[in-house]
Amino acid sequence: MSSFIPVAVVLILLGIAYQWGVSTSRKVATASSGPMHSRFGYHGLLVALWCLIPAAVTFIIYLVFEPIISDAILQSYLPPEIAADTGESANALSRMANIASGFGAVGELTGYEKAGAAALERFHAIAWFAAITIAAALGAAGAAVARKKISPGLRARNRVELAIRVVLITCSAIAVLTTVGIVLSVLSEALRFFSYVNPMDFLFGTTWNPRFSSTGTGGQGDFGLLPLLWGTIMITIIAMMVAVPVGLMSAIYLSEYAGPKFRFFAKPALEILAGIPTIVYGIFAIFTVGPLFASVGDAIGINIMATSAFTAGVVMGIMIIPFVSSLSDDIISQVPKAMRDGSYGLGATQSETIRKVLLPAALPGIVGAFLLAISRAIGETMIVVLAAGNSPVLTGNPFEAVSTVTVTIVNQLTGDTDFASPQSLVAFALGLTLFIITLILNVMAIYIVRKYREQYE
Amino acid sequence: MAAQSAGEIERNNTRAQVEASIGRRRRNEAIFKGIGLGAVLIGLTFVAVLFGSIFYKGIPAFTQATLHLPVTFDAAIIKVPDRPQQMPGVSDADYQQELYAWQRKLVFVNWNKIVQNAFATVLPDAADNARDVGGMVASAEKVRLRDMVADDPSLIGTTQDVALVAAANIDVWLKGNIDRDLPQSMQQLSARQQQWADALYDRGVIEMNFSSTLFTNVDSRSSPATAGLLGAIVGSVMMMLVVMLFAVPVGVMAAVYLEEFAPRNWFTDLIEVNINNLAAVPSIVFGLLGAAVFINLFGLPLSAPLVGGLVLSLMTLPTVIIASRAALRAVPPSIRQAALGVGASPTQAMFHHTLPLAVPGMLTGAIIGVAQALGETAPLLLIGMNAFVASVPSTPLDQASALPVQIYLWQGNELRNFFEPRTAAAIMVLLGVMISLNTLAILLRHRFERRW
Repeated sequence: MSSFIPVAVVLILLGIAYQWGVSTSRKVATASSGPMHSRFGYHGLLVALWCLIPAAVTFIIYLVFEPIISDAILQSYLPPEIAADTGESANALSRMANIASGFGAVGELTGYEKAGAAALERFHAIAWFAAITIAAALGAAGAAVARKKISPGLRARNRVELAIRVVLITCSAIAVLTTVGIVLSVLSEALRFFSYVNPMDFLFGTTWNPRFSSTGTGGQGDFGLLPLLWGTIMITIIAMMVAVPVGLMSAIYLSEYAGPKFRFFAKPALEILAGIPTIVYGIFAIFTVGPLFASVGDAIGINIMATSAFTAGVVMGIMIIPFVSSLSDDIISQVPKAMRDGSYGLGATQSETIRKVLLPAALPGIVGAFLLAISRAIGETMIVVLAAGNSPVLTGNPFEAVSTVTVTIVNQLTGDTDFASPQSLVAFALGLTLFIITLILNVMAIYIVRKYREQYE
Repeated sequence: MAAQSAGEIERNNTRAQVEASIGRRRRNEAIFKGIGLGAVLIGLTFVAVLFGSIFYKGIPAFTQATLHLPVTFDAAIIKVPDRPQQMPGVSDADYQQELYAWQRKLVFVNWNKIVQNAFATVLPDAADNARDVGGMVASAEKVRLRDMVADDPSLIGTTQDVALVAAANIDVWLKGNIDRDLPQSMQQLSARQQQWADALYDRGVIEMNFSSTLFTNVDSRSSPATAGLLGAIVGSVMMMLVVMLFAVPVGVMAAVYLEEFAPRNWFTDLIEVNINNLAAVPSIVFGLLGAAVFINLFGLPLSAPLVGGLVLSLMTLPTVIIASRAALRAVPPSIRQAALGVGASPTQAMFHHTLPLAVPGMLTGAIIGVAQALGETAPLLLIGMNAFVASVPSTPLDQASALPVQIYLWQGNELRNFFEPRTAAAIMVLLGVMISLNTLAILLRHRFERRW
């Protein structure tokens, strides 16, 4: 039975309930001498709501309990020797369900299968019929109660609006629940990890060698965070060395020097960089940039690996340019005109005004923008997964392969390891670290940007 | 001549100093301006190189080497009984079983022989060389011949002109993606296959046709030449639908509440700070949330578009909320005041007046959010969407791939000469969809933009 039927039933009922409410309130309005508190439509909506809520609750109860009960019915028909074997019983249960659905099962049907399927079919028919009837009856009863209440003084609009308000609040709460969900799920799994591994060893360990979960707890590896953290920091530094000068200078040029035509064309062109999926940057890094750097390195006699902190950092820097430039652009254009005019009035050139007046005035905001960009770089995954080379050792050479926190999260959680092993759970400890670091950076950035904005308002 | 006063001397000194410094200052000005222009140009160069390299690599993959051969469905080779019919009284399951048994008989037909015979019509020396012929055609094409017969048994005994996709290595060879001067021991194709490929290409039997399999097939391990994006496209579309059905309405309603109705207290402040922070949480953390909550706690299936869509929805929600709030804020207060002034309740003023005016702005934000979600990869890896899936998902709970994940899987394929262009082509498809979504957003904004 398709889920289309209950939806249709409910929609038809709602339509009828609405019309009923509208026509009743019309009659009430003609009969009474005074004005109605609410318009007819609101009475209709209120009646429909009174119909919808009990019907919906009935269906939810049905959806929750139906599978549980049908499973219990089928279980009760299983002969004891089959019920004892989990594989056998699962197979038998699905066969019975197939027979009951009318598709049939291959081969001869045994007695218990026929009986179980028949019972299931009976239960389905009854439960389905009962659910629809009860939902319809409760809905109709609700509508009737609501209709009885219709009177000139009924504040139907306020009640409908209350219902709307409840829906709106629920939607806003989802954002909070997401954060709570992130914190709780990541934190609880991370705590499970720390029950296997000492947090001090995790935070200050210099070796990353998690081994495989199949070796058991005896062969537990080393979960030192520092090599991963260092790889992340090194790539972030390289990325910022590319993104900050290019982004900041482009922002200055576009907001202060560029003519409107050039700006109209160049600004969106640069912003394209922000919309490109990071997987594309990752592919760009391994197909184009990595080999290019490697051959340049060969030519000048430095050993540059194709997948290295340098490759990943440069490509990530390209990705971050538009963040730096559009945030700096906003902040520079917020500096009040009076400050520029003052500087020009003293005879300063445009570049002197920018360097000595605008930039110092915009500095806190720009620092905030940089912090946001850093937090982006730290959390970026696909570029480093593809281009950083995944070699979790402490090295100071940016031309060698490194690993990062995000790469390791992906590696530890996409293998065939047992979810409850420390080898998988460490991903959550790393995720928690990442979450905390980026949270601190974001909060600082938001605080600085806001604080700075207030100075001019 | 009157002696200059002390003040005048000082003024002249200053003037001399300033004049002396003017050249230096003008130079500095020019240098600074030049650096700025240089930075913009460097940024634009990056854009050009990025797109250029993807296009340069990807465009060849939209064509593929295709063999046009007369294929004889020889009844002497295809020895199978008639296709079974469902008799009254036979259950669906039993009929399926029977049909399956018949299809199995088709599987054991010597399709290689049929392909070889087809080759022999154009290459006389192919008749005795099954091994080399086998390496010429994508292996899925034999399956396609079988499916043609399974769908239409009347083909048996006839000769049809069939376009067979050539094997990946033939494609690589003809497109020059491999160094032809490499010693034979390092080549994937035998010397005879190389000769055949060149000869057939010269004779026009092999043509470079538009690669329709790229869009009509699913991923394949055994037959790389016919691996396509269909499964990934359908998976991505399903996830986008989930995002549109979940993130967009919830985001808009949350924005309406926060912007118009919420009292200013600690709780709404908390929500506010929260949403700003959520927008900056790394996407992979949302993947961890999905793995822990949806997969581990609720027991939803791995690799399912529904789970992927929910994770992406939670990720997109802050973007939608922030954009929708901005759109609501842009509606001038006078509209609301006028509505309230004629007796509308705040809810009526909102839903009848403010919201309709804010819809274009909200739509723009929603489209940009959906486009962002479309390109996201990292969280999907953590909920198992990097699994190899060789089927088109029919419900959001089936195993599926997604476009960005397919790109990730293809770049790791060991057949690099063939899959580098394919990966780039898949990126072009992804970028194409994203750019059209963004263009739509920009058009909408221009179309409905209103200055108050």
